[in-house]
Formats: sequence, C-alpha cells, structure tokens
Amino acid sequence: MSAGTSAREESTDTGPPSSPAATYAVQPGRTSRQRRATLTSYGFLGPNLILLGIFLFLPLGWAFLISFQESGGFGASGWVGLENYQRLVADSTFWQSAWNTAVFTLITVPLSLALGLGLAVLMNSVLPARKLFRTLIYLPMVISGVATALMGVLLFDEATGIINKLLREGGLATVPWQSQGSAAFASIILVTLWIRVGFNMVIYLAGLQGISPELYEAARLEGAGSWQQFRYLTVPLVGPSTFFLLIMDVIYSFQVFDTIFVMTGGGPGRSTSVLVTYAYENGFVTRDQSYAAAIGIVIFLLTLAFTAIQWRSNRSRDTAG
Amino acid sequence: MPMDQPLHAQGDSAPARPAAVGVGPAAFVPRTRRVPPAQRASAVARLVAAVVVGLVMMFPLYWMVTLAFSPNADVFSRELRIWPSSWTLDNFRTVFGSFPTATWFGNSVVITAIVTVLTVSVNLLAGYAFAELDFRGKGAIFLLVLSTMMIPVQVLMVAQFRLVTELGIYGTFWAVILPSAASAFGIFLARQFIIAIPDELIEAAKVDGAGTLRIFLQIVLPLCRPLIAVLVLLTVMYQWNDFAWPLIALKDSQLFTLPIGLLYLRGQYGADYGAIMALALVSITPIIIMFLAFQKYFVQGLARSGIR
Repeated sequence: MSAGTSAREESTDTGPPSSPAATYAVQPGRTSRQRRATLTSYGFLGPNLILLGIFLFLPLGWAFLISFQESGGFGASGWVGLENYQRLVADSTFWQSAWNTAVFTLITVPLSLALGLGLAVLMNSVLPARKLFRTLIYLPMVISGVATALMGVLLFDEATGIINKLLREGGLATVPWQSQGSAAFASIILVTLWIRVGFNMVIYLAGLQGISPELYEAARLEGAGSWQQFRYLTVPLVGPSTFFLLIMDVIYSFQVFDTIFVMTGGGPGRSTSVLVTYAYENGFVTRDQSYAAAIGIVIFLLTLAFTAIQWRSNRSRDTAG
Repeated sequence: MPMDQPLHAQGDSAPARPAAVGVGPAAFVPRTRRVPPAQRASAVARLVAAVVVGLVMMFPLYWMVTLAFSPNADVFSRELRIWPSSWTLDNFRTVFGSFPTATWFGNSVVITAIVTVLTVSVNLLAGYAFAELDFRGKGAIFLLVLSTMMIPVQVLMVAQFRLVTELGIYGTFWAVILPSAASAFGIFLARQFIIAIPDELIEAAKVDGAGTLRIFLQIVLPLCRPLIAVLVLLTVMYQWNDFAWPLIALKDSQLFTLPIGLLYLRGQYGADYGAIMALALVSITPIIIMFLAFQKYFVQGLARSGIR
C-alpha cells in the first residue's frame, strides 16, 4: 500500500487531466482509507466466503452436533453425548474399515510414486512418439471415477471378465476377483494405480525438467552408469516432487470412494470396506445418520492431523533448506 | 501448504535442490565409455517398455469401446474374443431408447456449466483479493480457506444433506450446484498467477484514478486468460465426473447426471455390460475430447493445483 501511495505522489503531474480530482478524493486520513481498503477486500472475498460459510463451515459444525445426537428420523433428536463414538470403538466393522484404509494407503502410495517416477524417467528420455505415449498415460485420470470403476468391473468379472478369460485360455487358474477378499482388494489397487500413475508422472516430469542436463553430463564423464545416475542424481533431485506427491497420494488414497463403491461396494463381506464407504453406508443406506456423522468426524480429525504434520514438516524443510 | 510444492517442482528456471548433488560423485565408479551398440539396445528397450505401458494403459478403454459395439452374445459368452463378432449399435439404442440418457447428458451440461461459471468467478475475485489487496487477517483467512480443500465430502454429507433439505432444495439442481460451487479450488492458482502480474500495470491504472473493481475488470482479468482457461477446464472435468455428492443430493431419475445415471443403469440392467459400456462411453467422450484439445492447459493445471 505504501509503495502505491508514493508512486502516485511522484507521478501525479504525468497523469491525464481528468485524474487529479480522483487522486485527491482518497486523501482523508490513513485510517479511513485503510478501512475502505478492507471493505473493498471483503467485497472481493465476500461471494467466496459466503458460499464456503453456508455450505462448508456450517455443515462442518453441524456434523459435530449431529455426531452427539441419536439417529432417529429428522429434527428433534436427543443428545446422547459420546454414545456414537463409544459405539465406534466397539464396532469391528469400523476397525476393519480403518485397517483396510491404512493398508490400501500403504500399498497404493509407494507403488504410485515408484511407477510415476519410473514412467517419468522413461517419458523424459529420447523416445519416438513420446507425446503420444504421455497422452495415453494421462488419459485415465480425466475419466470419471464411476466409468473407470465400471471398466474395472468389466475386466475383473469372475465369469465373463477378460482377465479371467485370458487366464483360462492360457490354461491358468482363474482368480476369484469378487468372491475372495484379498483378490477383490488387489483388483481395486490395480484400478487405482491405473487412474493414479498419470498424475504422479505429470509431477515427476515437471521435477525432472528442472534438473540441469549438465549434471548428468558430468556424471557420465565420471563414468556413472544409468542406475547410478538414477539413484544418486535423479532420486535426490526430485525430492520436492516426491514430498508433494506423498501428501497428495496419501489424501487421495485415504479418501478413495468412487472406485470401491462401484467396484465392490465394500465386499465381499467387509474385505474392501474403507472409512469413507462405511460412512456413506451408515448415512444413506442404513440411515444411521448420527453414526455416519461420527465416522465423518473421525475422518476429518485424521485428515486434519495429517495436514498438520505435513504442514509442519513442510515449514521445517523450507527453513532448513 | 501442499499446493505450494509443484510450483517449486515446476522450476522453470532454478534446478530444484542443487545441494543434493554432492551425494553423487563420490559414489560413482569409473567405467569404460559406453559404445554406440549399447546405446541402440537401450533405445530399443525404452521403446519396448513404452509400447507395453501404452498398451496396458489403453487396454481398459479399448475394451470399453469394444464391448459397447459388441452384440450381447459376445459379452456373455465364455470364449475369449477381443474383437466384436459383428459391430452393432444395439447397445446405444438400448441406452438412448430405454433410459433418459439425452436428459442426463443435458443435466450434466447444465450443472457443470453453472458450477463452473459460479466457482471460477467467485474464486477469481478471491484470488485477486489475496494477491493484490491489503486487509486484516489476510494470512489467517487464506489458510482457513485453503484448508477446506482437504475435507472429503463424506465428512460433511449428512449435515449438507440436512442443510439442502432445510433450504427446500433437496433433489433439485441447486442442491448439487451450491455446495459444489462452495470450493476453494482455484484460489491458490489464481493468487499465484495474479501476484506475477507486473505491479507497474496496476500502479499505472491507480494513477489514472481507476478503482479496485475497475482495475480488476479492465487490467487484471484480460491478462488472466490462461489462468481462466486452466480453471475452467479443471472445474468442468471435476464437476462432470463428480459422483458422491450428486448421488446424495438428487433423487428423481429425470434429474440425474451421467455418472449417477450410469449407476442407475447398472442397477436396472445388472450385468448387461454392453449397455453399461455404451453409456460409459457416452459419458466420458466430452471430457476426453476436451482433454485432447487442451492437453497442455490440463497438464499444467493439474501439475500446479494438485487436484485429482
């Protein structure tokens, strides 16, 4: 603001004839001008803050309240204190869903990172039709979750799916993708990776393009092989991209809904149920909405904790680096 | 914030972390200089790897198209067939004849268009305030607004459902549109972009006596075309594909969007994969065309926003 003021004072004489009046009109004291600036700012922020306030912050507070009430139709529900949360602690399906969420995240995140980096290195090298290959890898990430999940259903169907047909044709044992828990879990991981590698590759490609080619030149002159160049140059130098992707991938995996909801619906049994699908099931299938709100609050607190950890380590990295 | 990272990673100029280079040289073992044949072999290996990856990535899409144009007998037969026994439009006839597919398509277009216009305008205004204006609590509000981007819909859905019911809009387009438009997505990108606009341009306008709104409309907005393109493309993609909230907010099948329609069709037709894939194909085609036409903006935007 102060820079703006001095610039204006210095250059009033160069302004067009019509401007002085307007320029001097904004003179009455610093505080009132500040107040006006603040008002203007909130004018610009207003529409966004109103929308966020009504449709995000209000429901967030409301969700807390609902989680302390008993489910039971609408409106007048009694307060039950922590009863919903006590139920959670004793609910084996909740723990199974939490466990599945953790396992799913721990498997998909490292795989997405490794595949993304591998593909980025490949697609950053000299390659015919490189642009076409990149496009093919990006494509799944722009397709709707429902459509990709339905493609997954189609590929993995136990009886008519192409994967089992291929296995049968090759004389191999078919995989019980729907009837066995771990196979169903694997099918979801594969579809998730298919959707997810493109995004990881985009970020890694951007990171790779920031590395100076001279470094590799120097390494080659020192006699470093491709693996050594990858291990001691590429991996450390894409560190910031890895850190960013780690956060985005964890959040994505933690919140995966469409793929599981459409492909397995959490089954067979509870073997692919995760926190977000379990919350939905309680809220809109069995209509135990207070319980669903309590699960939602747990998801919120976990997200918050993760974001805080990530934010702190990000800050310490920045100050250290 | 995490969205910070890709902008560093993007590193148009400075290499990311030069300090880390020191790790390298000590570990390098001297070796004989590489010979051309080995290089050729590695080029072939890379190409083979790329082709395999390309085939794997494309196969589900190829399979969807194939089934969409296959007669039903192919879909249910137990024999292996990776090409339709005869090409047919039957599945599309079923989808358009027995289901309100055209209506669903129109619903998706209307909802996506309104959400995009709303959220992009609102977030451009907010991004401008965070980039150029001075006001109390700016840092705190910015953090608060950005932190909302991490909250999944499953946290809010029960309360949002009751809210739209109380507002009397449950089951209407507005029940989908308003909560969807309440998004901080784009504010961060908008702020970064607008901060980079040369101050001289804005100062010059101030000298001319232009008010904040006029500066925004006449100086800043015209310079924001690439930003707006990225925001519009990503919002359209996100909204067109959105599933969990429309699934909750809509009840009348005439008002469904395409993803909800797809689920509905599956519920009605069970294992009629031909019809399901035909509708899936209809639903993803607009986004794929958009992506192919504007790939540069998409990739740039995805890399910088971290969405999806």
